Amino acid sequence: MTHPEGRSRDFGPPDDPWAVLRGSTRARVALGRAGDGLPTARWLEFRAAHAAARDAVHTALDGDLVRTALTAAGVPLDVLEVRSRAPDRGTYLQRPDLGRQPAEGTELPAGRYDLALVLADGLSPRAVHEHAAGTVAAVLERLPGWSVAPIVLAHQARVALGDPVGQALGAAVVVVAVGERPGLSSADSLGLYLTSGPRPGRADSERNCISNVRPPHGLAYVQAADTLAALLQAARRLGASGVVLKDEGAALPPGGG
Amino acid sequence: MNRRTTLAGHTYEFPALSDLLAKATPARSGDVLAGVAAESEAQRVAAQLVLADVPLATFLDEQVVGYDEDDVTRLILDGHDPAAFAPVSALTVGEFRDWLLARAAEGDEAAISGLARGLTPEMVAATSKLMRTADLVAVGRRTRVVTGLRSTLGLPGRLASRLQPNHPTDDAIGVTASILDGLLHGCGDAVIGINPATDSPTRTVALLELVDAVISRYEIPTQSCVLAHVTTTLRALEAGAPVDLVFQSVSGTQAGNRGFGVTLDLLAEARAGALELGRGTVGEHVTYFETGQGSALSADAHRGVDGRAVDQQTLECRAYGVARAFDPLLVNTVVGFIGPEYLYDGKQVIRAGLEDHVCGKLLGLPMGVDVCYTNHTDVDGDDTDTLVLLLGAAGCGFVIAVPGSDDVMLHYQSLSFQDVLTARQVLGLRPAPEFETWLGRMELLDDAGRVRDLAPDTPAAKALLAAALP
Repeated sequence: MTHPEGRSRDFGPPDDPWAVLRGSTRARVALGRAGDGLPTARWLEFRAAHAAARDAVHTALDGDLVRTALTAAGVPLDVLEVRSRAPDRGTYLQRPDLGRQPAEGTELPAGRYDLALVLADGLSPRAVHEHAAGTVAAVLERLPGWSVAPIVLAHQARVALGDPVGQALGAAVVVVAVGERPGLSSADSLGLYLTSGPRPGRADSERNCISNVRPPHGLAYVQAADTLAALLQAARRLGASGVVLKDEGAALPPGGG
Repeated sequence: MNRRTTLAGHTYEFPALSDLLAKATPARSGDVLAGVAAESEAQRVAAQLVLADVPLATFLDEQVVGYDEDDVTRLILDGHDPAAFAPVSALTVGEFRDWLLARAAEGDEAAISGLARGLTPEMVAATSKLMRTADLVAVGRRTRVVTGLRSTLGLPGRLASRLQPNHPTDDAIGVTASILDGLLHGCGDAVIGINPATDSPTRTVALLELVDAVISRYEIPTQSCVLAHVTTTLRALEAGAPVDLVFQSVSGTQAGNRGFGVTLDLLAEARAGALELGRGTVGEHVTYFETGQGSALSADAHRGVDGRAVDQQTLECRAYGVARAFDPLLVNTVVGFIGPEYLYDGKQVIRAGLEDHVCGKLLGLPMGVDVCYTNHTDVDGDDTDTLVLLLGAAGCGFVIAVPGSDDVMLHYQSLSFQDVLTARQVLGLRPAPEFETWLGRMELLDDAGRVRDLAPDTPAAKALLAAALP
């Protein structure tokens, strides 16, 4: 049995029959017991994983960090920053509707672009810090000749914030790279959502998603970029995205759900 | 109808029944999101004061979701049993709370449990809004709902568990490892229930056969379930797969069920198919439903009469109105799964779990709870400990357990097998009787009847492992 993310836990001595169970799944099996509860070491391992996930949700998106990473990755585009109507993390978590709308007074320079890229904190700003620049660089490499709008960094943002942002920028297609809800063993997973003809009111069925961009455990930047570039070409050809693109047979990565 | 009251010099008025119910609801983020929550604590109490004086019978005449527009409302009202309702038909909501507390204190389970078919979801929801934590526990404890297929669930002094061996790719060995781990911890007496990674009929049949083989090999008195969409289970039935239970997520409005891709006819058809297989030994309950506060709102299916939004807890109770029409073996609310926009923190999740449990049981459902949380909700292991111990005290039928609390497929945290053992030990609860006997036969219990902490080299452990894993 192989399991892509491996396990960091102690597998026990080699003659431990429980090791057979442990080695066969990423699930936390055969942890042992202290009385009826978890042994201290296993309990604290769990706490550490939960703490990483919680911190990933509540870390603030650091614009300077992302700009530096983009520059280091050789991305030549300007970077703008916007905020949603959710003023803080608590409101953001309870009011997804506010996270889909730009804050009052948001102004973006209108142009005519083939593509706009929005880097949204979503539920894991850490995913944007760690994986956005690498992903963007790999995507741009695969799109020679495309006119691309300034990159927009979006704070307290949901995927659908890309709709008004892409529309304001005058982009034919918007790709939102968003921090996904952290799991216990995956606090830094980036999702890519492609929407053709962005405007407020687009349904989720009109988007295509590539999930779990998170090397080395999840999807690599080049893999994600290959798939996204293929989807972008198809979206440009059809002037649409979502279910209709999937029907076109554009390859989606395995295990991307 | 004049629904108003004056509190501290301020007059509060509630123009519609749905508005009154929503404003009387203890605080939760989903009602704020829907724009129906009380705007102040005083307004909430004012609504509770007014609601306490509403006769229970009002809910038979006045709807929050219209009869003509919604088949869930029709199902609820057409199935109402006036004879069962008779003992409390003259009471108001507030008087009914008092009546329940009095019967619970006397231990009169028959009086409380006999009402089920006479109560509507809206009556039960309204009453629960006036109850505090201890009320929810005390009444839940004395509301008895017993069901069975190959194990008997809901008996006093018992706490069963669904063993949830999910795996991100439905890998047979990975799933089997989690099943074994759960069985070795005395879990799985309610059901061994897998959420499949995809909704493919082929995969569903393969998983059904896998669990059926484990259950047959060890002669375990429990049932299996693959929680695929009901249409997928229908395909599995057609293919001759060993289907113990028909599963479906259900919602409290017709629009919500449409969002899940189900109709009442589909559910009836699948139930009939499973019944025909005759796989039960101690009972004939062959359906399993999951629900959760916020599911209707998340599908934009939360509106009722005059387009008014209905609060999420009332809609949750209406989902129970759907479930009870299909004589389920198991129903559980997935209380912390749906996210902080519906239940924000530990306080809200704990309250909702206790409400869902008692409301479901008052309506006659074999209620369990998935005591769980996602990482963007302000909930942790302390909160789930609190909830499971309260639920154990409240006589909850079953809880859900996964290896080490970590569901590696759905990416959320539920209870661990160890949590189930702890709750049973602290509260003096035991597994389902048939399953307990089986545990003894497998040498998994010590002389005191506790699940043994097996050393790896014990014959019982070796035998289980050798038979299951290649």
